[in-house]
Amino acid sequence: MSDNKIGAYICKGCGIEDRLDINQLVMTATRDGKAAIGKEHEFLCNAEGVKMIQDDIDNEGVNKVVIAACSRRAKTEAFNFEGVTLSRANIREGVIWIRPEDDEHQETTQEMADDYVRMACAEAKFMTPPAPSEEQGLTRSIMVVGGGVSGMTSALEAAATGYTVELVEKNDALGGNVAQLYKRVPGKNGLQGPVDTGMDEMIEAVNGNDKINVHTGATVAKTAGAPGRFSVELSDGSNFTVGAIVQATGFTPYDINKLPDLGGGKSPDVMDQLGFEQMVKANGGAIKKSDGSDAQNVVFVQCAGQRSSKEGELDYYSGHCCATSIKQAMYVKQAGGDATVLFDDLRVPGATGEDFYRCGQENGVTFSKGAVSSVDANGSLKVNYKDLILDEDTDIDADIVVLATGMLPNSGVDVEGLLAAESERGEAVGDDEKVAAAEQKIEFIKSRESVLNLDYRQGPDMPQLTKGFTDSHFICFPYETRRTGIYAAGPVRRPMDIAQTQEDAAGATLKAIQACENSALGRAAHPRSGDLSFPSFRKEGCTQCKRCTVECPFGAINEDENGYPQYNEARCRRCGTCMGACPVRVISFENYSVDTVGQQIKNVDIPDEFDEKPRILVLACENDAYPALDMAGMTRQEYSPWARVVPVRCLGSTNLIWVTDALNSGYDGIVLLGCQKGENYQCHFVRGSEMAHIRMSKVDETLKTLNLEEERVATYEVSIADIERIPQLINDMEKTVEEIGMSPFKF
Amino acid sequence: MSDMNQAMIEKYRSNFLKEVEANVEEGHWVKMCMQCGVCSGSCPMQNHWEHPPQEIFMMIRANKRDEVLSSTSMWMCTSCYNCIARCPRGLPITHIMHGLASYGKRLGLAPKEQPTVKFGDIFWNSIVQNGRVNELKIGVGLYFKDGFAQGIKNALAGKELGMAMMKTKRMNPMEYFGGHKCKDRSGIAKMLKKAEEFEAEHVAKFGK
Repeated sequence: MSDNKIGAYICKGCGIEDRLDINQLVMTATRDGKAAIGKEHEFLCNAEGVKMIQDDIDNEGVNKVVIAACSRRAKTEAFNFEGVTLSRANIREGVIWIRPEDDEHQETTQEMADDYVRMACAEAKFMTPPAPSEEQGLTRSIMVVGGGVSGMTSALEAAATGYTVELVEKNDALGGNVAQLYKRVPGKNGLQGPVDTGMDEMIEAVNGNDKINVHTGATVAKTAGAPGRFSVELSDGSNFTVGAIVQATGFTPYDINKLPDLGGGKSPDVMDQLGFEQMVKANGGAIKKSDGSDAQNVVFVQCAGQRSSKEGELDYYSGHCCATSIKQAMYVKQAGGDATVLFDDLRVPGATGEDFYRCGQENGVTFSKGAVSSVDANGSLKVNYKDLILDEDTDIDADIVVLATGMLPNSGVDVEGLLAAESERGEAVGDDEKVAAAEQKIEFIKSRESVLNLDYRQGPDMPQLTKGFTDSHFICFPYETRRTGIYAAGPVRRPMDIAQTQEDAAGATLKAIQACENSALGRAAHPRSGDLSFPSFRKEGCTQCKRCTVECPFGAINEDENGYPQYNEARCRRCGTCMGACPVRVISFENYSVDTVGQQIKNVDIPDEFDEKPRILVLACENDAYPALDMAGMTRQEYSPWARVVPVRCLGSTNLIWVTDALNSGYDGIVLLGCQKGENYQCHFVRGSEMAHIRMSKVDETLKTLNLEEERVATYEVSIADIERIPQLINDMEKTVEEIGMSPFKF
Repeated sequence: MSDMNQAMIEKYRSNFLKEVEANVEEGHWVKMCMQCGVCSGSCPMQNHWEHPPQEIFMMIRANKRDEVLSSTSMWMCTSCYNCIARCPRGLPITHIMHGLASYGKRLGLAPKEQPTVKFGDIFWNSIVQNGRVNELKIGVGLYFKDGFAQGIKNALAGKELGMAMMKTKRMNPMEYFGGHKCKDRSGIAKMLKKAEEFEAEHVAKFGK
């Protein structure tokens, strides 16, 4: 690149001047790093220092700024220059704070700092300032799928911000499950007992809102495009464009017919909670058996078919069911009957829940801690249970038995389950039994009705996190699904009650609005919020291998008719997993590419074998591992002076060429630091770390062809809290290198 | 008082919880127990009684009337108030225990051989007689509560302490014959009689 003009600025503050030879660093930048301008400053992040840099940008034509000072995670507000690229050499947290301060170590410490300056200059050469693509669209409109309490709340919240809403409901009327309730558990002040659901008012508000277009009796036939420009077709033929989508498709109660031991399906007086609500609502508050007579004794069986380890039952708990049974028991008390709740442990979270439980007790509902073994449904009903406090088997007669069953999310097609089942079928070829089982699985998954009918290469619906619920991480990024611009709210995301659902709907709606506004500016959504860079590929080099489209954790990449990737930049989270996946290395970002990292690796000074100064390359995830290393510096943990740390957007963006090149150019060890993968993953990009681990599991072959020891490359799952462990892992590599000897590839 | 017991059985039939709520001091709290077990874990007598408070409450809900009212468990309560202080639901557990004990006693169901029950009897009889407690009589009564032979054994075992107390004039053997009385014995008697009338009224009301 001919128009490179690198300005390198070395900070002397924070004790850097006392520990390092600043003149030499400036010389390294100008001589090795080819910086046109090399300057030092007492205190680079103060107004004067920043002005010095800005002046060079304005007057000297500097377009690549290299700052050798603190970590790239520090002083980001001060070092924020428009229209130029910025590379940071971390000589504070990464060098002087992790090395002992004495003459004996001075030489290696200075070498470390010199290398980081070289690396930053090398990186700068291959970066260009990111600019938005031409793909942007601003559509101040969202689609909400599902017209229950979550969907309607979402629609009203979005409308209140001035957005227009397309509300799609499969049934002919709005209201969903909550509209079938007689009353609801209050959202606050649990002592007041069951309260009106407020559904009529809410439906009226939705229908009366001119910003909300209600499409009842309709489903989504096709969703194409990307955030900011989703084009949607409905089953009734209407179509529209929206900027983002909220999926609030709610839940289906677990089928009680699957619980014959508890009387499910054996008597009309054994019902689930929703069935009980419908009965009470139909009778205006009276509790009647199926034969029309008044029910005196109602027994509620908690955790029916859920929190169970039995095959086919749910192994999770649905959150609302304890409070719902308490509410329904209060209907019974108010109608003059007796109500017994048989529970294992009653879970009514929050102050409201606790008060509501108290209210149930005050109203005379009997609570017995008991494990129900069976319900006799021949003739009159009898519930057999073990009283867990008195430790004895006993029974109770009932006119009606209510089974508190769990929630099944209406998630649509399990796109990842389908892939897994298909590969299962592929692997089982030859074993007819296994093939048949896999095919049965595939058929079952395909039989599920799709909710969004996404026109994505990766399947018609969103990937499910666990137990069929649509989310990507319950704790770290709620609402964020793995399809950018599409957010899940309510029980489709995780089991929850009405109050939680409404809060959820508001949260997801705000996320959807944020996605619309961000995509209009070409900015990334969480977690690299605001990032303008996006991946592009060199078509001449592409072999249409589809690795990028398969590995993208967010389904951002489609394939065109010739099998070339189509980057939908607004769907992209900018993790670079595609870049890491690409075997021919044609994918890059403006400011992050195979070269920006590769050149850093190549520009480290590799002393020859007899100097006994090994080099250890550390590729560290910028979300967890790199901040942990910074914190190691802040707490003055020492680690090996041979380490050269390169932050990566996600370990998933690690291309094998970096490892191969590093080994070829004489590095003695490589440590790769990603986040926890698998079921309880901590990766900000969901599957990036996993992809990296899979890729690195194949690095042994590379090592073998180079005749190198397998121990030279180590991949670890670390967390941001591992501030002592990560330096230890690096030191372990130093020890390993000592044991197996230096790399023979030093030239 | 077995008439009253019969009357109560008739009245409440299968709902002991309601009987407790109506008749036992603080009994209306029983339904508020949430079975957390903090009371049982807090009780210093936890290794000694058959049913911890939490279990007693569950037994009430499970209609185990005789088992509860004839239980020795409530009589083991030392009124340390640990359970009250710790109950997250604010149940006055100590008071409920005393209420249950005295209700069982009133109905004639309290365990006859339980030492606290016996002590209660001796104490009550003493205070009713003279309007004040006669410590010597209570002491001797307790020595002999398990029969004459055991009483002699107990007395011999406490011989030295008794002699020492007499020597230092902490105990006057003559108190055993008559002893101090309160000033207005007839007033006390009247008061107790009135209380009995109230109770009879109360029982008559429930007897229907």
